[in-house]
Amino acid sequence: MLRQIEGSRAVAEAVALCRPEVICAYPISPQTHIVEGLSQLVKTGELAPCEFVNVESEFAAMSVAIGASATGARAYTATASQGLLYMVEALYNASGLGLPIVMTVANRAIGAPINIWNDHSDSMSQRDCGWIQLYAETNQEALDLHIQAFRLAEELSTPVMVCMDGFILTHAVERVDVPDQAQVDAFLPRFQPRQVLDPDEPISIGAMVGPEAFMEVKYLAHAKQMQALELIPAIAADFEAAFGRDSGGLIRSYRAQDAETVVVALGSVLGTIKDTIDELREEGMSIGAVGISSFRPFPLDAVRAALGHARRVVVLEKALAVGIGGIVSANVRMALAGIQLNGYTVIAGLGGRAITKDSLRSLFADATADRLDSLTFLDMDWDVVNRELARMGASRTSGPHAENILLDVGPVAAGPV
Amino acid sequence: MFQVRIHGRGGQGVVTAAELLSVAAFNEGRHAQAFPSFGSERMGAPVVSFCRIDDREIRVREPVMEPDALIIQDPTLLHQVDLFAGLQPEGFILINTAKSFGELGLGDFVKGFRHERLLTVPAADLAREHTGRPLPNAALLGGFSALSGLISLDALGVAIRERFGGGVGEGNVAAAQAAHRWVTDEMRELAGAASN
Repeated sequence: MLRQIEGSRAVAEAVALCRPEVICAYPISPQTHIVEGLSQLVKTGELAPCEFVNVESEFAAMSVAIGASATGARAYTATASQGLLYMVEALYNASGLGLPIVMTVANRAIGAPINIWNDHSDSMSQRDCGWIQLYAETNQEALDLHIQAFRLAEELSTPVMVCMDGFILTHAVERVDVPDQAQVDAFLPRFQPRQVLDPDEPISIGAMVGPEAFMEVKYLAHAKQMQALELIPAIAADFEAAFGRDSGGLIRSYRAQDAETVVVALGSVLGTIKDTIDELREEGMSIGAVGISSFRPFPLDAVRAALGHARRVVVLEKALAVGIGGIVSANVRMALAGIQLNGYTVIAGLGGRAITKDSLRSLFADATADRLDSLTFLDMDWDVVNRELARMGASRTSGPHAENILLDVGPVAAGPV
Repeated sequence: MFQVRIHGRGGQGVVTAAELLSVAAFNEGRHAQAFPSFGSERMGAPVVSFCRIDDREIRVREPVMEPDALIIQDPTLLHQVDLFAGLQPEGFILINTAKSFGELGLGDFVKGFRHERLLTVPAADLAREHTGRPLPNAALLGGFSALSGLISLDALGVAIRERFGGGVGEGNVAAAQAAHRWVTDEMRELAGAASN
């Protein structure tokens, strides 16, 4: 049924339709509305049987999800930012043990400096923890990806993160088609766990493994993700057949087939990029976009096929690998090994800085003229940076960066944007 | 695409107003996108929300920087925030106040815009009368429905009742209807003055 609802509400309802049996969560913006919605559905009995566990931390949230999943329960949690970092040790255990937990990451920056707004620093920091990572472009896709994620996780016995942009998607109210229970039941079979902790037939899981077998066990997580490269498109095709919507998959091309310049990005910024591309196409620019839906596993072959013909590739990413620059772009370059083209990394939207069509237009104009530096920071105020660098140079005791820069830029009232 | 920016203070239902506007547009079969300004909102602090309405899917995710309409829930913000930034020349403004633009000290400002699209309505007073509380958001949307013709009063009423239900819903619908009448009368007077 078509409804005009908040993204968080859409995700809460999608998760509920997947009949999770244990939900454990700790509140952190901008994820909170999702688990608030789910706790309501459990309390009213609309989602039953399901146990909602209020835990004391994100570390506990993931640990409870691990315990629940190991007993054969379909388990779900959600988090963001520092919350994701706080559960890191448990994330590796969930993937290493092969437990098909599904988790929403409402993408948010990581401090310091503390910041509640959107970027991809949190989930990107966990790209190699063994979880599958899917990125949603719209709230419809966020809803759809959760339904696909449970099936993907359980078929492979591996955990899946569904990443959606905090605030930009979680707090946006827009049109979403919410399926009914029978549709989801037909698409998502009952959870058949590969391993179960059962008091009647006691086993242990989580053995210590020495050098004689550690690599082999560890490799299996990679093998599952390689299987996911086949399974993700297959599940997306099944989903389209069942629900009539083309959602998910490995990558999505937009006017890129014949484009000289192709922009690569993840998540909700693709919408703004597409509108900008439409305008630039009308003005005669040969430009398109490729959205990466599955960042882990990283679809090397699909990315190579989608980008290999281009003269230049602009990777626009909402995270910064301090000390080198791009994260997504490093992966894209691996996909393009041996192909000669101009590659640009653009770091954009950190800490919630709005990525506007105006900025994208001038960025893409610079790119098509090959005027970009290999590493560009979109809308960076270099005067502010350079003044702090000067203060550092002038005095050994110049003090804390964040406070100095806030003093420099002055009070910013909640203006129009 | 029609873009609305709503200014107010934390606690005045600014985010809810954008949501209600989007639901009203959705009820009329249109695409709509409502979202807040994502600040660390707190009671009394300036808050901004946005609503886009279109006949096709809305993909853009940037804040609304060139609004076609401004709804101002708290006129005291006039001295604190650049409320009118980016307003389109054909744009609409609706301010929650019993004063006129002239009395607010905006006489010079309005010269560049279409007078008949810049109105005020005492939305907080109408809300107090009909709901017992001075929350101006639903009433302002009723006035905005009359001013812009963007959404019908009926679709707005459905959205308000869906959101609040019960007596609160009915009270807010009544406030929206009263503000709609107020603005309609104001527009008629302006049109009369123009033709005389």
